[in-house]
Amino acid sequence: MSTPSAEPVLLPAKRRVAQLAMLAFAVVIVMIAYANVGLAIDDKIPSGMLTYGLGLGGLMLAAYLVLAKFAPWADPLILPLVTLINGLGLVMIYRLEQAGAFGASASTQLLWTAIGVVMFSVTLIVLRDHRALQRLTYTAGAVGLFLLISPLLPFIGVEENGARIWIGIPGVGQLQPAEFAKLALIVFFAGYLVAKRDVLALAGRRLLFIDLPRARDLGPVLITWGLSLGVLIMQKDLGSSLLIFGTFIAMLYIATQRTSWVLIGILLFIGGAILAGLLFDHVYARFEVFLDPGNKELYARELGGSEQLMQGLFSMASGGIFGTGLGQGHPDLIPLAISDFIFPATGEELGLAGLMALLMVYALLVERGLRTSIAARDPFSKLLAGGLSFILAWQVFIIVGGVTNLIPLTGLVTPFMSQGGSALLANWILIALLVRMSDAARKPPPQAIQDEGMTQVFQR
Amino acid sequence: MNGPLKRAALACLVMFGLLMINVNYLQTVRAEGLRSDSRNFRNFYDRYEIDRGRITAGNKVLAESVDTGSNDFRFERKYPGGKVYAPITGYFAPESERDMELAENSLLNGTSADLLIRRSLDLFSAKQSKGANVDLTINPKAQEAAYKALGASGKKGALVAIEPKTGAILAMVSIPTYDPNLLSKANKDTVNQAYNKLDKDPDKPLVNRAIERSYPPGSTFKVVTLSAYLESDDTIGPETQVNAPTVLDLPNTTDDLPNSGGAACGSGRVTLSFALEQSCNTPFAQMGMDLGYDAIQEQAKKYGIGGEPLEIPLPVAGSSIGKREDQAALAMTSIGQRSNQMTPLQMAMVAAGIANNGVVMKPYLVNKIADSEGDEIQSADPEELSTATSEDTARKLKEMMINVVAKGTATAAQVPGVTVAGKTGTAETATGQAPHAWFISFAPAEDPKVALALIVESGSAGGEASGGHTAAPIAKSVIEAVLGK
Repeated sequence: MSTPSAEPVLLPAKRRVAQLAMLAFAVVIVMIAYANVGLAIDDKIPSGMLTYGLGLGGLMLAAYLVLAKFAPWADPLILPLVTLINGLGLVMIYRLEQAGAFGASASTQLLWTAIGVVMFSVTLIVLRDHRALQRLTYTAGAVGLFLLISPLLPFIGVEENGARIWIGIPGVGQLQPAEFAKLALIVFFAGYLVAKRDVLALAGRRLLFIDLPRARDLGPVLITWGLSLGVLIMQKDLGSSLLIFGTFIAMLYIATQRTSWVLIGILLFIGGAILAGLLFDHVYARFEVFLDPGNKELYARELGGSEQLMQGLFSMASGGIFGTGLGQGHPDLIPLAISDFIFPATGEELGLAGLMALLMVYALLVERGLRTSIAARDPFSKLLAGGLSFILAWQVFIIVGGVTNLIPLTGLVTPFMSQGGSALLANWILIALLVRMSDAARKPPPQAIQDEGMTQVFQR
Repeated sequence: MNGPLKRAALACLVMFGLLMINVNYLQTVRAEGLRSDSRNFRNFYDRYEIDRGRITAGNKVLAESVDTGSNDFRFERKYPGGKVYAPITGYFAPESERDMELAENSLLNGTSADLLIRRSLDLFSAKQSKGANVDLTINPKAQEAAYKALGASGKKGALVAIEPKTGAILAMVSIPTYDPNLLSKANKDTVNQAYNKLDKDPDKPLVNRAIERSYPPGSTFKVVTLSAYLESDDTIGPETQVNAPTVLDLPNTTDDLPNSGGAACGSGRVTLSFALEQSCNTPFAQMGMDLGYDAIQEQAKKYGIGGEPLEIPLPVAGSSIGKREDQAALAMTSIGQRSNQMTPLQMAMVAAGIANNGVVMKPYLVNKIADSEGDEIQSADPEELSTATSEDTARKLKEMMINVVAKGTATAAQVPGVTVAGKTGTAETATGQAPHAWFISFAPAEDPKVALALIVESGSAGGEASGGHTAAPIAKSVIEAVLGK
C-alpha cells in the first residue's frame, strides 16, 4: 500500500444552490404555463394559480430540503427534471379539465403529487442505505407477485374498462398495484441476479453457441418472471407485461454481460407476440390497428378500434411544429387524453418544439439515472439503478411509441404526466431510490485522516 | 458491469432517438394529411376561431361575426340582413360557404395574400387578426323595396337592378329565399337538417333565380331583335312602317304564329314603335327571319349573351338564344321563345346597355374591400363589357321603350315626374301552363340611374299573369326606391 498523495482529493461538488435555482426555474416554467392556459381560455390569470403555484413550489421546496439533509451528495439535476415533467402534467390536466375532458381533475393530481413527494421524503429518510434492500430480495419478489395478483382476488379486486388491474381500498379509493409491483420486482431481480451472476454466467452447458445456465440457478427468477407475465396477460394488461419483460431482459444482460440473453429475449418476445396475436382477439386487434390506423372500418370499430390513436395523431398533426399554444388547441377531442394520451395532447398545444424538449427532459432523467448506475460502487446498486433507469426509458418508449404509432399501442401511463395516483406514487419512490443511490455514489470515499500506514480510519 | 450498462445506455439513446424521429415525421411530414382528415374535427372548430370580416351594403350590415366567448365555437356568423339578402351573402356553414361568403372567402377570413401586411402588423401589436370587410354595391332601399314588391301575394321570381353607367348591381332579389342564420349555426347536424329541408323544397329556395337560373325571356327579347334590325340599316327609325299580320305563316311547318291572344296588330301595317308598344309578335318574328340566325346571334353576343360566363364575383349561369335550327325556330327565337334562355341578370344588362347609349358595363357586386383598420384593399373599377349598339340605335330604342311605358303595355310602370322606359314580356313555358311575366326597364330615360329586369315565375301570379299587369308595377316601386321618390 502506498501512502496517500499530498495533494487534496477532488470532491464532486454538491451543487445544492444550483439545484435550488433549477428547481425554482422548473416551478416558474410551470407557473407561466398555468397562466398561459388561463389567459388563452378566459383572458385572465387563472384564480387557482396562486394555490397551484404555492402548492407545487412548497412541495418541491420540502422535497429539496429533505434531499439536502438526507442525501446531500445526490445528483442535483434529478429533482428539477422530475418537477418540470410533473408540473407540465399538472398544467395539461388542468387545461383538459377546463375543456371539460372526462375525469380530468388537476386538484386531485396535485394532491397525489403531494402524497408522491411525501413518499419520496419518507423513502429518503427511512432508507438511509439502499443496500438494505438487497437483504429483502426474496421478500421483494413475494411482495411483487402478491401485488400483481391482488386485483384478481375477490372483494378487493375491481374491474374497470375491461381490465382487472385495480384494487379498492375502503376510504382511500382505488390503486393500481402493478405500478408498485414493478418496483418490488426490480429490487428482486437486482438482488437475485447480483447474488447469482457468477454462476449464471459461468456454470452451465453450451448449447450450439449459447451458454445456458443451470436450471436451478435461473429457476427462481424465471418462475417469478413467468408468473408476472402470466398474471398481467390474464389481466389483459399488455403494457405492463411488455414493461416487465423488457426490463428483466435488460437487467439479465447487465448482470451477465451475455448478448445471448438479449437474443433469446427478443426471439421469445417475437414468438410470444405472434402466439398472443393468434390466441387473443384483443392482441390481434392491436396489431391490426398498428398496421393501418387510418382504416375506416378499424376507426369505426367499437372494441379495439383505432379512433383514440387517430385522434391522438390528428392532435399532434394539428399542433405542427410550434403547437397551437396552451389552451388554444382541442386536445380534449382525444378520448381519455388525461391518461395514456397525454403526450399527443401536449404535442398539440406545445408542438414539435415542446415534445422535443419534453423527450429531452425524459432522456436527461434517464441519463442521470444511468450515470448513477455507472458511478455506483457495488454491483447491487449498479444493477438496481440501471434497472430503474431502464424501466423509465422503456416505459416512455412503450407509451410514446404506442401513441405515435411507432409500435403497437399497449396501455401504460406516461411517467409523471398522466393523471393517476398509483403511478405517480410509484414513480416518486423510484426517483427517491435513484436519488439515494446517487448520493451514495457521489459521496466522497472515506479519506484517510492521517498517514496511518496500513491502518485506515473510516468516517461514519 | 460498466460495459453492458453503457450498452444499455446506448439502447436508451436509440429508443429516445426513434421517438424523436417519429414525432418529427408525424408533426411535419405527415401533419398536412392528418390535419385535413375529415375525421379531425379541429378543421370544423378552426372555422369558428376566425373573426371573419363584415359584409355590408352602405351602412347596413348584412353579415358579421359575433364573439360568443365559447372556446369551441368562438365566432358565430350572423346575418342581420336575413332572407332579403341571402341570395347575395350566402352563408357560412360548418363545412362550406356559399355565394359572397365563398367568393370572397380568403379576404373575409383574412388568409388572402393581400392581407399579409395587415396580419404582420397585427402580429406585432398582438392584436387578434380580423378578416377584411366587404362592402357591396347593393342599395338597401332598392333591395328591400324589390323584395317587398316581388314577394307580395306569394309571387316567386327574381329581380336585378343595375346602375347603367357603371354596372354596379343595386338590387338582386330571388324569391322564395331562405334564412342564412339557420345554415350558419355551429352544429353540423342542425345545419344538415335545415339544409336538406331547403334542398328538398320544390320551390327551390336555395337557388338564386337572378343569376343561377335562366328562363325564356319572351317579348323582352324583342328589343334585342329590334337592335339587330336598327343596326342593319341607319334609315330605319321608330316611325318606319312594318308588316304586322294577325297571323304569320311559319315556313316548312303547319304551324302559324299569332299575336298575343290572337289579336290583330293595328291595321296590319304599323310603325316599329307601335309594334313594340303593343308587343306584336308577327313583325318581330318576320324581322328575325329576314335578318337570319347569324345577325341575331351576333347582336345577342354584343349584349353579353352566350359569351364568357360572368363572375360578379358570384358565378352567373350562361344565357343563350339556342342552337341554329330552321326559319320557323328562328321566328320563335326572335320573340324570346323556343330554346331562348336568359338569366334575369342578362336581361338587366340588355336594359342597362340601351340606357347607357349602347355600352354594356360589366356587372359587379363588390364596391370595395377594406381591412379591419379601414385601409382599402380593393375597390370597384367599372369596366366596359362590350358595345351592343351604336349611340343612334340606342337613342331610337330608348324612344320606343319610353312609348311602351307611356302608352303601350307597361303603363303600370309609370312613375309621376319620371320618364320611364321599359319592355314587357309574357313568356310561354309549356302548353296549358301559366306564362312567366317579365319586365325590363330603366329610368329616368334622359339620364338613367337604374336599369332593371324582373321575372315573376309561371304559376305564382295566377293564370292571367302578364308582363304589363304583373311585372311592371314591381319595377315601379324599385325605380321609386332608387330615385328616392
